[in-house]
Amino acid sequence: MTVEIPDVRKDWPHSINAVTIGATSAEGGTRTSTITIGGEKTLPFYHFEGAMPNPPVVAMEVWDVPAEDWPDTVREPFADVLDDPARWAKMCVESHGAQMICLRLQGCDPNGADRSPDEAAAAAKAVAGAVGVPLIVWGCGSDEKDNEIFPVVAEALSGENCLLGTITEDNYKTLTALGTAYGHKLIAESPVDINMAKQINILALDVGFPAENLVIFPSTGALGYGLEYVYSIMERLRAAGLKGDKVVAMPMLCDVGMEVWGAKEARAPESEVPGWGDAGVRGPLWEASTATVYLLAGADLLILRHPEAVRLTKAAIARLMGGEAG
Amino acid sequence: MILIGERINAGFKDIANAIRTKDPAAVEKWAVAQAEAGATYLDVNIGAASRDPADMAWLVEVVQKAVPTRISVDSTKIEAIEAGLEAIDGRGVLINSTTADPGKLERIVPLAVKHDATLLGLAMDDRGSPQNVERRVENGAMVFMSAMEAGLPPDRIILDPILMPIKFMQEQAVFVLEAIEQYTNLSDPPPHISVGLSNIGSKTPERGRIIRTFLVMAMAKGLDAAICNVCDEELIAAVATAELVLNKEIYSDSYVRAFRMRQGS
Repeated sequence: MTVEIPDVRKDWPHSINAVTIGATSAEGGTRTSTITIGGEKTLPFYHFEGAMPNPPVVAMEVWDVPAEDWPDTVREPFADVLDDPARWAKMCVESHGAQMICLRLQGCDPNGADRSPDEAAAAAKAVAGAVGVPLIVWGCGSDEKDNEIFPVVAEALSGENCLLGTITEDNYKTLTALGTAYGHKLIAESPVDINMAKQINILALDVGFPAENLVIFPSTGALGYGLEYVYSIMERLRAAGLKGDKVVAMPMLCDVGMEVWGAKEARAPESEVPGWGDAGVRGPLWEASTATVYLLAGADLLILRHPEAVRLTKAAIARLMGGEAG
Repeated sequence: MILIGERINAGFKDIANAIRTKDPAAVEKWAVAQAEAGATYLDVNIGAASRDPADMAWLVEVVQKAVPTRISVDSTKIEAIEAGLEAIDGRGVLINSTTADPGKLERIVPLAVKHDATLLGLAMDDRGSPQNVERRVENGAMVFMSAMEAGLPPDRIILDPILMPIKFMQEQAVFVLEAIEQYTNLSDPPPHISVGLSNIGSKTPERGRIIRTFLVMAMAKGLDAAICNVCDEELIAAVATAELVLNKEIYSDSYVRAFRMRQGS
């Protein structure tokens, strides 16, 4: 007896926006290459069903101040460069294969080093000068301070077509205006809430910011810390986008390193938690595992910290895209 | 939701005058207004103002110059439909309409195939308008079968169970709701289902309220298209809200705005 297997392939009526980040000299910037994310016509890695023209991308995270609260496991590989964002970025690209650099302006945090907008811009310029890959620039997390920093930083990187973030429901007007004025793409953030993920996009579109210049950041949870909530939101957003809801048909970003390296499972040294194994192995695995799960949920851009996690994640992407592991 | 803008119809004086004088201004105005309001199709109908199929071609051309929106070529006369279809510049087009009359189906279904058009079929036959659920379902199925046999997929078939004025035929609205539900069982995926929405409120002082309420009830039964006044903001907000309740749209605080953004493409 033969069993007929039904053809379950779907023909999705729409596709996810393709967003290009970075500008070469021909395009008015100084990047040596650009990156395009998104453009999917099907669910993640459903190569049998539709095209996934742009493989997901791995960015590495660099701070404008030495990342004091990173655990040793993830500080060690950068021990010699932590006080110099430019050299740090260069090491990420040249030694660890970062496809983009995410400069997080943590030093501007008013509860921390409280660095000035000019200092932030200087750090951004230094990183831009040190590497040729496209850049993500992430604020310090204080709305008020970010609104002081970004006018200076966005202008300093004018024409580089960076990805800046984040805009939220409570704070989007400054950055959308800057993105338009200086030619940058934006990250639209929502707090693990699909309704708010849609709302922030509508708000940005309503002030005239193009849908094609937005990347969705639905928040990220580390493995063991709400990852499945984010996963289901990403799944629903992607399916809705493919069905034709243009307000959510954007590529998605996951801020993996930031979350994972705050989790005890990645941080705690073996001396504190006997039986959990070597933190130097465990931490990067926790980061790579989290990243890989998000790839399956539809992540187009992952921000990571540890070189080993970057290596493992890029290998997973290569395999999922149908190639050989790198 | 497939929203078919009803306003470019010679039943309206400004459009009848435009056709007579070949002054495109009124047609352009309504084409732009309805497109901006989120119409999926713009219905064009030369009505009783003209017997000349060339007038249908003229209307289609004026609309095409004004907006990129798809067009619904609306006539009871096959010659006018043909003239409208010939004038289409390659954009999506809807034939509005055929009936379940075999003689009419024989001529119009091939036109839909030839022009890659979507076909709207009224649940009427040579005996006139249906007065009960059974006739609506029988006629709807007749249109559906004929179109499917000719190769049209369900996605390119729209059935209209014939909505009547509630003021004069109050019992019919509930029959229409029942017929809509039965249409959804014709196939999987089902055909689209539309009504001429404004009919139900005809000659009533509470027109807008009756139309909106019926629309929402019909959407719960499976209605997913309507020929209507797309410039009626309350109506569009009701559609957006109904889609939300039916879980067809992800909720956001600005969901009405999101619906308009989505429709306006």
